[in-house]
Amino acid sequence: MNLAELHDIARKERAAAKRVQIRCCVASGCLSSNGEGVLQQLKDAVQSAGLSETVEVVGVGCMRLCSRGPLVESTADGSLYVKVRQEDASSIISALRGGEAAPERVDPEQAFFARQVSIVLENSGRIDPERIEAYIAAEGYEALAHVLAELRPSEVVEAITRSGLRGRGGAGFPTGVKWATVAKTAADRKYVICNADEGDPGAFMDRSVLESDPHRVLEGMAIAAYAIGAEQGYIYVRGEYPLAISRLQTAIRQARRLGIVGGRVLDTPFSFRVDIRVGAGAFVCGEETALMASIEGGRGTPRPRPPFPAESGLWGAPTLINNVETFANVPPIIRNGPEWFAGIGTEKSKGTKVFALAGKIRNTGLVEVPMGTTLREIVQVIGGGVPDGKEVKAVQTGGPSGGCIPASELDTPVDYESLAEIGSIMGSGGMIVMDEETSMVDVARFFMEFCMDESCGKCIPCRAGTVQMHRLLKKVLSGGATQADLAKLSKLCDLVKNTSLCGLGQTAPNPVLSTMRHFPEEYESLLGRTDGLAASDD
Amino acid sequence: MAKVRAATVWMAGCAGCHMSFLDLDEWLFEFAKHVDVVYTPIADVKEYPEDVDVALVEGAVATDEQVHLIRDVRRKTKALIAFGDCAVTSNVPAMRNPFGGAEVVLKRSYEDPANLNPQTPREEGILPVLLDRVRPIHEVVPVDIFLPGCPPPAARIQAALEQLLSGEPIKLEGRDLIKFG
Amino acid sequence: MAVVTLTINNQLLSARDDQTILDAVRDAGIDLPTLCHLEGVSDVGACRLCLVEIEGTRRLQPACVTRVAEGMVVQTDTERLRGYRRDIVQLLFAERNHVCAVCVANGHCELQDMAVNLGVDHIDFEYLYPQCEVDTSHERFGVDHNRCILCTRCVRVCHEVEGAHTWDVRGRGTNARVITDLNQPWGLSDSCTSCGKCVMACPTGAIFNQGSTVAEMERDRSRLAFIVTAREKQQWLR
Repeated sequence: MNLAELHDIARKERAAAKRVQIRCCVASGCLSSNGEGVLQQLKDAVQSAGLSETVEVVGVGCMRLCSRGPLVESTADGSLYVKVRQEDASSIISALRGGEAAPERVDPEQAFFARQVSIVLENSGRIDPERIEAYIAAEGYEALAHVLAELRPSEVVEAITRSGLRGRGGAGFPTGVKWATVAKTAADRKYVICNADEGDPGAFMDRSVLESDPHRVLEGMAIAAYAIGAEQGYIYVRGEYPLAISRLQTAIRQARRLGIVGGRVLDTPFSFRVDIRVGAGAFVCGEETALMASIEGGRGTPRPRPPFPAESGLWGAPTLINNVETFANVPPIIRNGPEWFAGIGTEKSKGTKVFALAGKIRNTGLVEVPMGTTLREIVQVIGGGVPDGKEVKAVQTGGPSGGCIPASELDTPVDYESLAEIGSIMGSGGMIVMDEETSMVDVARFFMEFCMDESCGKCIPCRAGTVQMHRLLKKVLSGGATQADLAKLSKLCDLVKNTSLCGLGQTAPNPVLSTMRHFPEEYESLLGRTDGLAASDD
Repeated sequence: MAKVRAATVWMAGCAGCHMSFLDLDEWLFEFAKHVDVVYTPIADVKEYPEDVDVALVEGAVATDEQVHLIRDVRRKTKALIAFGDCAVTSNVPAMRNPFGGAEVVLKRSYEDPANLNPQTPREEGILPVLLDRVRPIHEVVPVDIFLPGCPPPAARIQAALEQLLSGEPIKLEGRDLIKFG
Repeated sequence: MAVVTLTINNQLLSARDDQTILDAVRDAGIDLPTLCHLEGVSDVGACRLCLVEIEGTRRLQPACVTRVAEGMVVQTDTERLRGYRRDIVQLLFAERNHVCAVCVANGHCELQDMAVNLGVDHIDFEYLYPQCEVDTSHERFGVDHNRCILCTRCVRVCHEVEGAHTWDVRGRGTNARVITDLNQPWGLSDSCTSCGKCVMACPTGAIFNQGSTVAEMERDRSRLAFIVTAREKQQWLR
């Protein structure tokens, strides 16, 4: 496979496209509401309407408005149907000839769609994630071919550095710096790892990317491998994502068959093999050193850093670990140039960020916006605000490592620094909206319970400290706590944050700290209602 | 100078700490020069008196009666000393805690071993009710001084009491003065 | 090998550049508490007691796995660190059922000593009182999970010195337990060589010789050092 052949595939694929595409979402969200059945019925309906010559029905990735699935789009007039039932299929097809479609239609120009900017999700909802030809027709693997043919590895690193891309896994470390560190470490073997162990409650961005456009991640990884001098990659994906795993497997098989991964990629001396490693359900395996221990076949427990994976990672070799969304950003950066990417977003946070919008919000789903967009715009405009006439009380970002942002701070722009300033983090992109009826103490308790259950048990502050914090939060909620208990809770937050071994423990107190900071009255109002002697059981 | 009003209290413990206190032997005469013992299980005083300067409280909190007692003690006492491991850590009496609440313990004690008429004795207002969880004193009321040990050796008790009588803030440090067990 | 100069607790010291801060500190006769560290086996940085402040580093670093460097300025005994250490030891006491009064290791226990040295005279956290098992199926040894602090010394000494890897850890968070083989009773273990190194390595009374009663168990740590020196340096020194 070379560039000419790649273009040939793209040309053939475009030529074979029929006049009208009926796109039906087959990502997890819509599948859970019978997207598969709808897809089949649509195909049958096209057949029985005798439209097979001009109309094709395509299963595509996420169309973002997950709460209203299954979603179906007709390219004939751009209609977007929501909550489509199997029995609605024939009416959608007959609408192509002027009939009236049964399912509800939403305006594709409404703010939810119009205010989004798609880089990572550019193919999401547009192409069939299970066909490599579809990806290639959408300029897929162009960036890889360009990199292999035209650029030296150092130039690739340079391009990523200039783009200003920062890690989308949560901490926001500059991607170019990370690549450069691994690239300059001399070693016989190096590895590239894609961290797809997305575990934050309420987060489903990475799952969606993998289910909707898996080749984009492979391409990003291959470019990274070339840039740093690795020949082997691993995608560490959680076992709870069977569809993502299966689509990745399909993607790797197809790419291997076409000579896009494997030995002599695109007829160049560069080789890149990639394998999937399936996690067994431990949140801590999203922590890079625990993830590597798990790939090596050991217990998924973190180890102290330094040494950082860039110097000594998988089996002691220099290793580059990036998140799914980070890799997904790479091909468009190469294709469109780093300056184009750096022109989007803010001074220090470039590009877009995908958020999984959930909780008390009208438009639950996937949202991709330029960095610097305000929370208010995401929640009130794109998300459509809180349903049932209620008000936003807080927005939680960053999952168990993040914090709760009060409604009064909704004008904060979404970028790494601004979120950190108000006690939260960008995180991987979970965004949970809470209304006035939500108890913030209970939210803190929920996340603490999560961290307590997911602590690996290796270091004492995280293992035993989270349990104590959880108990204190339960005590506050039950009305048996005193001021002394709140002081103890604060003290534990400080201890666990500063002495835990890995990021899980170091950030576990964040939901407590941010709710104590922004909603102190909620804690105070619960104090001293009982004598606190009730049996405290787990 | 007025004598210090002292008390010793016995809750869920084996009385070993009180025995250790008696091991102070002739120093007790010295102690008595400065102190009036106004309440102690040894003297069988019924009501805990007002205005106690210092109380040595042995044992953990295991029943509702002990909750009332320790709250009463706390209200009426200036310096409350958690006296021995049961008071400080809840120690051996708390070894029932992992097995569950009061019901589990009562059943195991009264019903499981019985051959005839298995029943748990209950008499409202007369028999103390077991708490579901045995607790160290400081989980129920604030404690001023912790004197661990099972039992605290006589020398440790003497050191603490001497510091107390001297009127200086009490500072217990090192293996001889604060070791658990 | 080169020599570096560093400042520890305002005291100028020299150390070999392949040493950890912990080694350098202890060579200088400065006390630094540890629980998961054991001479002769690898370090895991898990107990967090040896965390130190290093000038110019935002986070506290575990001395046992942090190498010394030229010009490093380290504080090992600040009020803040002492506070954290006290809290960590208290968390351990609250986590399982450590009843010193009835423990075989009473008086010979590193956790108990740690409490004394750090001035822990009571536990400020609520005791969890988990139900923990005691496995006495092995003919010579027993393991009482009530007293285990998950330092994993047994795991490491068994794997790295004895080469048996009978011990490992199962479960997550506070439900984690050390296990023998694939969580089988110790007595049924095929891999255990009954060498007793885990008994010697255990800092508390969790792994003990059967038949010992309260306060009776003393360990001969020098035997472990002897084996490690013999293995690494081919010197049979007693």
